[in-house]
Amino acid sequence: MSEHADLDQDRFDLAPGDEAADGSHAQGTGGYVIGLVLALLLTGASFAVAGSGVIWGPAIPAALLALAVAQMGVHLVFFLHITTGPDNTNNVLALAFGVLMVLLVIGGSVWIMAHLNHNMMPMSEMMKRLG
Amino acid sequence: MTGATASPGAPGAPASQADPHRIGHGGNHHQDEATGHGEGGPASKRIVVAYGFWIFLLSDIIMFSVFFAAYAVLGGETAGGPTGGQLFEMWRVALETACLLASSFTAGLSSVAASRRQMVPTQIWLAVTGLLGLVFLVLEVQEFAGLVAQGAGPSRSAFLSAFFALVGCHGLHVTAGLLWLGTMMAQILFFGFAPNIMRRFLCFNLFWHALDIIWVGVFSIVYLMGAHG
Repeated sequence: MSEHADLDQDRFDLAPGDEAADGSHAQGTGGYVIGLVLALLLTGASFAVAGSGVIWGPAIPAALLALAVAQMGVHLVFFLHITTGPDNTNNVLALAFGVLMVLLVIGGSVWIMAHLNHNMMPMSEMMKRLG
Repeated sequence: MTGATASPGAPGAPASQADPHRIGHGGNHHQDEATGHGEGGPASKRIVVAYGFWIFLLSDIIMFSVFFAAYAVLGGETAGGPTGGQLFEMWRVALETACLLASSFTAGLSSVAASRRQMVPTQIWLAVTGLLGLVFLVLEVQEFAGLVAQGAGPSRSAFLSAFFALVGCHGLHVTAGLLWLGTMMAQILFFGFAPNIMRRFLCFNLFWHALDIIWVGVFSIVYLMGAHG
């Protein structure tokens, strides 16, 4: 990426999507190939886990979630080049805030609605009392 | 950002008084007083633009998380209608996943080619990316049409409303991405690898990769979990 005319200006920060020029991880096409292979492996594992009986039934959702999070991590590192390097601090902090919001929204909704369902009067009972 | 040196509260006051603790300024070795000119000087436009687009993508992902939350809450409310296990075709989901993953890879190859200023490989990889995205979209539209035809449209149950909202929203994003891809190819062809075109291209690549990240959540949570449970 040394072609960027303004690279010498940016010794402290890296744009999301840009690769570090110091060769700290796989560069150029190689990085994308590694990412593709890892993503294919994880996708294949997800479909295999869901489609066959290799994993105990009730554990399948947890396994699928773990594989999905792993694959999102692979995409972030090898395709979007979001790393933990010092030149990526701003990008990672923004990502951390996004992940926090996503967890609050999904986790909070599931949590609250599960409790609502649990405490709600069954529909048939409600109809009886109203009628 | 012109005229950013004077604070609005104290017009004409020296910058040292307006900002006595030099917040946002990195020490005295740098003489530039303009806002945002911290240690190491101002970031290049490429970094500022890509960072802003990264913030947009994260907010877009937060919007998707609301659709995911709705689906997680309503996924079991089939109102006596068909369940995901009865409706979803695994071969179609696998093919859609393969198309989107391969298109994310080819988009990356086009960005590598563009950083090396190679016009023909850039355009070829972008065209392949677009074709794969188009195949994905055709598969999805076929699936939606088939569901509506067998009476499993979005108005059938809360589960199907949440399903069409989530997957349809992702499909709309892919459609927008394809339009962007087409204009991107034309701009690179006509204007070459100019800095402003390359900034847009960087943002497009981020957008396309982010769509694939969201699809990972869709096929894992909606299709694979839905087909299983």
